[in-house]
Amino acid sequence: MIAVLVSCGRIWTLALRHIYLLRGSWPRVLELVYWPAVQIVLWGFISVFLRGQSSFVAHAFGVLLAGVMLWDLMFRGQLGVSISFFEEMWSRNLGNLFVSPLRPWEMIAALLTMSVVRTLIAMVPASILAILFFHFSIYSLGWPLLAFFVNLLVFGWAIGLAVSGLVMRVGLGAEGFAWAAIFAIAPVSAVYYPVSILPDWLQAIAWILPPAYVFEGMRAAILEHRFRSDLLLCAMALNVVYFGAGSLAFLLFFRSARITGKLLQIGE
Amino acid sequence: MLPDPNTASPAVAAIGLAKHYGAARAVDDISFTVGRGRVTALLGGNGAGKTTTMCMLLGLLLPTAGSIRVLGEDMTRHRYRVLPRLNFSAPYVDLPHRLTVEENLRIYAGLYGIRHPGERMQALAADLDLIDLLRRAVGSLSAGQKTRVALAKALINQPELLLLDEPTASLDPETGDFVRGYLADYRTRRNATILLASHNMGEVERLCDEVLMMKAGRIVDRGAPKALLARYGRDTLEEVFLAIARGSAVEVSEALA
Repeated sequence: MIAVLVSCGRIWTLALRHIYLLRGSWPRVLELVYWPAVQIVLWGFISVFLRGQSSFVAHAFGVLLAGVMLWDLMFRGQLGVSISFFEEMWSRNLGNLFVSPLRPWEMIAALLTMSVVRTLIAMVPASILAILFFHFSIYSLGWPLLAFFVNLLVFGWAIGLAVSGLVMRVGLGAEGFAWAAIFAIAPVSAVYYPVSILPDWLQAIAWILPPAYVFEGMRAAILEHRFRSDLLLCAMALNVVYFGAGSLAFLLFFRSARITGKLLQIGE
Repeated sequence: MLPDPNTASPAVAAIGLAKHYGAARAVDDISFTVGRGRVTALLGGNGAGKTTTMCMLLGLLLPTAGSIRVLGEDMTRHRYRVLPRLNFSAPYVDLPHRLTVEENLRIYAGLYGIRHPGERMQALAADLDLIDLLRRAVGSLSAGQKTRVALAKALINQPELLLLDEPTASLDPETGDFVRGYLADYRTRRNATILLASHNMGEVERLCDEVLMMKAGRIVDRGAPKALLARYGRDTLEEVFLAIARGSAVEVSEALA
């Protein structure tokens, strides 16, 4: 029990380090808020335009905006892990951290904590903008929103951990993956269209990824006003696998970096 | 309670330690011990294997072969038992520049589980003349001030074993002298063990009980500074270092013989 409390203390301490960083750096906070806000405004006006052109959007105005917001939530969740980790690399602090009693899994827990903080800082203002400008509240989804939030965040974490581990192993020259990696699955995530419009072979890929279930669930909630627990359960089961794989990748890359001496050679 | 230097196991015991990168042998089958309460220097030119050795002792680098015991514990199996009792400082790591000195020290006090972090930070700040710098961002400090902050971080947990890689590199003579004096005092007060890698021969002569001379990944000689001077018939440790670094192999082997 004491060991758990001590671990929690270290996790909170490392999260606090990043809260200090955000507190003392308004450009970082602005950057967090900026892109989701721009996305919401842009897609909000596109939705307004399409409402007059498309019966689909006219029927369910918020479907595109909700897709944008939930996709960005997953992206911010992934970046929240990766950027927090890169901050340690950019400040050449990894050596100090890994010589302290901080365990790698505690670092993972701290990165996840910061991911939640950074995602909320990014997405809450964007959701308020959607209410103010377009009279669409993502919160009208009710409890299913929490299920979508958790599932997308966990999948974002899985990718964020794998990318962070990769960059730890091969150097900061690979940090571009943090911004690019998640977009590789965007076409098969069914953010703006249903999985059914994809070719069969792409549908097969889509159904092994949790986001497809979440976005199908989102459309069911908005268009049909029903909660698809079957989709949610599939997303959760897949997320267990992906999060486990992401965490394992991070730990294996960490071990590999200790073998190859990359832990301190953090340049390009 | 401080360990009894007469009965405790060595602070560091490395046996057959090696680190290979493909065909390159950064560290090649070295064995040494560092007694508790002793100050030992790793000396050698660039690429001699000093930093690689230190990183293996810290667990930042996994050895290709050999075993390491630190403060009586096997570093491969029980690294996390040992880490709270040691600390390190090196020029190739840094503290987050945007955080203030106080924030940085508070973070590391938290990571090391210091019970009264405020008191500990104040004591360190007073000792290392950091009181006026506590509210300043680390990135805004001079090289000498940053070194003192890095030292404060390295001492935050009052380590039994302190590993320092070039602790006074790029410091002006006054700050360098201050740091050396502080380390000597810390060692005496805490009966701490210090292992340092340095290119500053004056520092080594002043601080160290023993010197491990490294070249091309191997320990080519070892002994107390005065013993090395006598063995090589030189007046300064720098001359001994140069004799070894410049490959006066005959001289080295004769000295060893």
